[in-house]
Amino acid sequence: MAERRPKIIGFCCERHGMDSAVLAARTGKQFDASVRLVQVPCAGRVDGIHILQALEDGADAVFVLGCLEKNCYYDTGSIEARKRVEYVRQMLAEMGIEKERVEMFNAASTNAWAFPEIVAKMVEVAKKLGPIEEGERR
Amino acid sequence: MKAGSNLEKVLESGKFAVTAEIGPPQSANPEPLTHHARMLKGYADAFNLTDNQTAVVRLSSIASAVIIMREGIEPVIQMTCRDRNRIGLQSDLFGAAALGVKNVLCLTGDHHIFGNEKAAKGVFDFDSIVELKVFDDLRNSGKQLGGEQIKDPPKTYLGCAENPFATPYEWRAARLAKKAAAGADFCQTQAIFDMKMFERWMDEIRGRGLDKKVHILAGVIPVKSAGSARYMKNKVPGMIVPKEIVDRMKNAKDAKEEGIRLCVEQIETLKSIKGVHGVHIMAVAWEEMIPRIVKEAGLLPRPTF
Amino acid sequence: MIVAKRKPLGEIVEMLAPYQKITVIGCRSCVAICLAGGEKEVKMLVSALKIKNRKEGRKQQIDGFVVERQCEKEWVKEVEERILDSDVTLSMACSLGAQTIGDMYPKHLTFPGLNTGMFGVPEEQGVWSEKCIGCGNCIIHTTGGICPIARCAKSMLNGPCGGSANGKCEVNLEVDCAWVAIYDRLKLQNRLDLIENFTPAKDWSTSHSGGRRIYVREDAKLSQHQKKGKEAVQ
Repeated sequence: MAERRPKIIGFCCERHGMDSAVLAARTGKQFDASVRLVQVPCAGRVDGIHILQALEDGADAVFVLGCLEKNCYYDTGSIEARKRVEYVRQMLAEMGIEKERVEMFNAASTNAWAFPEIVAKMVEVAKKLGPIEEGERR
Repeated sequence: MKAGSNLEKVLESGKFAVTAEIGPPQSANPEPLTHHARMLKGYADAFNLTDNQTAVVRLSSIASAVIIMREGIEPVIQMTCRDRNRIGLQSDLFGAAALGVKNVLCLTGDHHIFGNEKAAKGVFDFDSIVELKVFDDLRNSGKQLGGEQIKDPPKTYLGCAENPFATPYEWRAARLAKKAAAGADFCQTQAIFDMKMFERWMDEIRGRGLDKKVHILAGVIPVKSAGSARYMKNKVPGMIVPKEIVDRMKNAKDAKEEGIRLCVEQIETLKSIKGVHGVHIMAVAWEEMIPRIVKEAGLLPRPTF
Repeated sequence: MIVAKRKPLGEIVEMLAPYQKITVIGCRSCVAICLAGGEKEVKMLVSALKIKNRKEGRKQQIDGFVVERQCEKEWVKEVEERILDSDVTLSMACSLGAQTIGDMYPKHLTFPGLNTGMFGVPEEQGVWSEKCIGCGNCIIHTTGGICPIARCAKSMLNGPCGGSANGKCEVNLEVDCAWVAIYDRLKLQNRLDLIENFTPAKDWSTSHSGGRRIYVREDAKLSQHQKKGKEAVQ
């Protein structure tokens, strides 16, 4: 049976987050995973329910990518996002689900290597943990 | 005489009083109480039996009082508002008086969060000031809080505690004034380490004429080690221990000896403060040092009537 | 408002484990404001429960809804079908909401998803603090507008205890001593003379100590006739 490709959802802010992804795309880096990006006006727009919904609908891992905290286009969006990600991670932990499945990252739009590193990290996590329903049985 | 207790006689005759504290055991064994009573007999005018202090379950203060009375020494029972409502407190006051207990110290009580039954439901039906008033009304007119007139009311000598070192400092003298008006005959203070602060409080007390209404017994704690001085300085809310005292204990060759010396010096100083009518020695888990402290502070022999 | 907190998720999972069809119902009033049981929290809980079920291969049908005020029958009525269609309803309102559903549908199981804590206020975003215990006889005009019964750990009525240090409560050093706050407020109002007043023993019969309280406003109550008319309209 062919190995299952991990499913990863990334919420990227339309400023630094998305720009760093576009920049990385030009390098032509390939990943052995299905990575779907959702562009949001600001990382601060991402709510806990968006992250949970993604996991509920089958994502193995979810990340939020916002501007650097001191250089956020909307000033505090990245900081808010990190707090919400932390809250969801806490809920997952309480439910006995690996909180590593959800991460918050920050990147500058001019940083070409940041995005591939982030995706690589999440692919590694998703591969290691597998789908949520198998998490415990392995 | 309100109750005719030994403590009342000492204080009302204008003599410098000595009280000390005995902590009841965390068990049903009366032996430690008997042991302390025999060891301490003649070294203080009355002995406080704490009421589940720091909310740790102990042999009850009334039962402890009866046990030490068998050894011929006089108890002051502490009664907190933490564990009993107005029904329980009034009932226990009747009971204590019927068993021959004549001195009662009214306290609100340490919160149960500090003790060994943290999940308890705190009572706090009223505070210590109301407790004094309720007990005072009972002894004066036999009138219960609920209004009922009773026969043979308890005759008790009533005490209170006050802490000059808790915030807001500006309220502390007013609190004692309220306690005096509510019926307190004597007041045992929190342990004093900061003499200057205590003297400022005493100035205010004398300014209000409270030293004429309430006998003030200044609290002292003999310190065993620099560690325990530091603990009281940093960890016990409402206690002020100046750095000099911690340093003095730290630099001492023999910390225990230094602790005793310090306590004796403190008593000497307190004796000279106008309006201080006695000392209250709280030798927590170090009761065996009480005779030595009392002797070295020149407080022997204790008056007899 | 009434301030509540979501129960630990493990407790909720355990509570719901034996059932197949679960309806989660939130409330848009107090518990939405204190971020415990509003629309968002209901959605998040439902989602978390579904993820958990996926992980463990358990089949449960879980749906979430929110009503305007769960403590009022009219609003609960709007989701009646959802409630009765389930094996168990998990109320994400305060206990009043859960009990309203329970009283309306006594044969149906309604479980609490929140722990109802206190009458409190939002102090700042994400922080709520207790300010009233509902004693039934307010005295804050004598204490600078600050309730010592709710805000003092020992409910003292004649000033601070001996454990107040640096303006903080001995029971929790993060919490301000109620009586220090009262002192400061009275000082600000030039009413420090009040600290000399003796407050006698409180009559607790107006509180829960007097038994369950039922308040009636006769002028607002409907007559039998009016009740019938209202039912007919509905």
